[in-house]
Amino acid sequence: MTLPDLSRRAMLVKLGLFFNGAVAVVLAVPILRYILSPIFGERKTSYTSWLPLGPVEQYPSGQTRLASFRNPDVTAWDGKTADSACWVRRIDAAKFQVFAINCAHLGCPVRWFPQSGLFMCPCHGGAYYEDGSRASGPPERGLFEYPYKIEDGKLFIKAGQLPTPGDPSALVKIGEKFPCA
Amino acid sequence: MRLMQSIGEWLDARVQLAGTVRETMEHRVPQDSASFFYVFGSAALTVFGLQLVTGILLAIVYVPSAGEAWNSLQTLNHSVPLGWYIRALHGWGSNFMVAIVLIHMVQVFLFGAYKFPRELTWVVGIFLLLMTLGMAFSGQVLRFDQDAFWGIGIGASISSRVPVIGPWAVHLLLGGPIIAGATLSRFFALHVFVIPGLLIAFVSLHLLMVLKLGINEWPMPGRIVRKATYEKQYHELTQKEGVPFVPAAIYKDIFFTGCVLLALALVAAYFGPFGPSGRPDPTIIQTAPRPDYFFLWIYALLSLLPPQMETPALLIGPVVVILALLLLPFIFGEGEKSWRRRPVAVLTILLVAVALGTFTSLAVHAPWSPVMDAWSGDPIPPTFLEHRTALERQGALLFQLKQCHNCHSLGEEGGKRGPALDNVALVQTQDQMIRQVIQGGGNMPAYGKNLSPPEVTALVAFLRTLYPAGRAPARDAARAVVNGTAPTQPARQPF
Repeated sequence: MTLPDLSRRAMLVKLGLFFNGAVAVVLAVPILRYILSPIFGERKTSYTSWLPLGPVEQYPSGQTRLASFRNPDVTAWDGKTADSACWVRRIDAAKFQVFAINCAHLGCPVRWFPQSGLFMCPCHGGAYYEDGSRASGPPERGLFEYPYKIEDGKLFIKAGQLPTPGDPSALVKIGEKFPCA
Repeated sequence: MRLMQSIGEWLDARVQLAGTVRETMEHRVPQDSASFFYVFGSAALTVFGLQLVTGILLAIVYVPSAGEAWNSLQTLNHSVPLGWYIRALHGWGSNFMVAIVLIHMVQVFLFGAYKFPRELTWVVGIFLLLMTLGMAFSGQVLRFDQDAFWGIGIGASISSRVPVIGPWAVHLLLGGPIIAGATLSRFFALHVFVIPGLLIAFVSLHLLMVLKLGINEWPMPGRIVRKATYEKQYHELTQKEGVPFVPAAIYKDIFFTGCVLLALALVAAYFGPFGPSGRPDPTIIQTAPRPDYFFLWIYALLSLLPPQMETPALLIGPVVVILALLLLPFIFGEGEKSWRRRPVAVLTILLVAVALGTFTSLAVHAPWSPVMDAWSGDPIPPTFLEHRTALERQGALLFQLKQCHNCHSLGEEGGKRGPALDNVALVQTQDQMIRQVIQGGGNMPAYGKNLSPPEVTALVAFLRTLYPAGRAPARDAARAVVNGTAPTQPARQPF
């Protein structure tokens, strides 16, 4: 008995299409994995490490100074973009605040004005007080703050990710869990 | 001549394209469509072709590496003979292309050309517009100077606000946790392979449909588009009263395209290439990033939207606009084509044009940005200092030292973020000034922590002198009564 609609040729075409579809799926997996590597990369935790900002004596009490650090997750061809800047505010001997350079509005570099005790953003006019809290302008929150620690008289911060309004902790959450899991 | 002909015949016997080409050239178009209003599409295509050529020319020198891109642009500008001119052609070509594509779109919209049966041509056109803008943005990134670097940061900050997937989207956009080598490489791939490939495919589809469906006829008021009858009417228009595209219409395209190319060549030669601005070093923060011309209106919008509206507007706005554009031909696929009978369409164009123009001109001056060096670079004009007491002049010094001038102007000098203070004493009493300085509010930071009481006194004493000659400063009438002082205060004598 033969199936009336399924000739040998039509059957082979369908088989061929199915075969190609299966191969396409097999190929899609590595391609997607490659494209999504910035999200589900191997280097998940490498950029959560503590980064040195130099001896604490560099930062006089009661002042806010510009510092820069080398990001932990860099390539040889990053050039100057491997470095980032941050504002270090030393409140007293043991207390610090380290702010990301990026405005909490859209990421432009804020500048510190010690005379008026304000951080001002050159892009859309955001302003922050010396403790990083929002003073005026479009930002919806204060400056992003990096966690810090002092070890052997040296200041370290946990950084390495561009802080953005949607991921404000300035800490890496990527790769630790899925959004809906 | 005979040799040429026999070579031509030999070739056509093999490729067999002569018939198709002749048919395409001589396809009939409505007589009125052979018009100078119908030249923008071909001009956009020509500029796109030029962009491909200049893009390839740049690619043979440009180095798509975060560490070297900026240097290679300097080499192009200064060392490679006429490298600067190729860069200028490509940069200005981008501006020209966006402008021509927009004009083309406005013309198509006002002439009702998106209506039946050309809905899909319009939809493909919308994608072409988005790709053109995508090329403009990614091209700005490839310049990889300070503007580009912080511009991507703005893109990342906007992407991060997408609910749930925002942070993941940022990593995908940047190719990692920060803006660095991986970011430039992926924008290079987008700008050089992905989007141009899509553009070529979509332009071909767009053109194919223009040929298959015929160019839009000149819209006549009262000639209503109906799906049942349109194709028959159009056939009559083209076959009975139509003219062959070559030579009846094409000379206008050729002439206009020539003008556009000449203008582009002159503008590029006169104004030169765009940037690059400062080296992309994230530790150099003395920078005020600005987007390229066609994104200035977004820059203005981002500054002027109230904070609580910003995220919804950023995330929902583009979706609504693009959806509206895509659905337009399906909702208004029939009816009047003539702009004379479509007042809403004309008003929409005017509204959008005025809005974009206003935002763009605002963004050129950027009154919302503090002038970062006004406190040290813009002195207070002498008229505001003459005949002042020592205390008032001390206040003027504080006005500079505490960066008030960065946001407030005096005699047109200084920032425009806050109100100009030339006549501030007319609108605020002494108490109101003290409160405003110490507590801030109304988008002004509070200075209570950074001004000692004597400093506040001096600053307010200076501000109290800021009123025009012959008029009296604002005063609190109740206070005079409470203090038992004279009920009237004489106006300061004009000197």
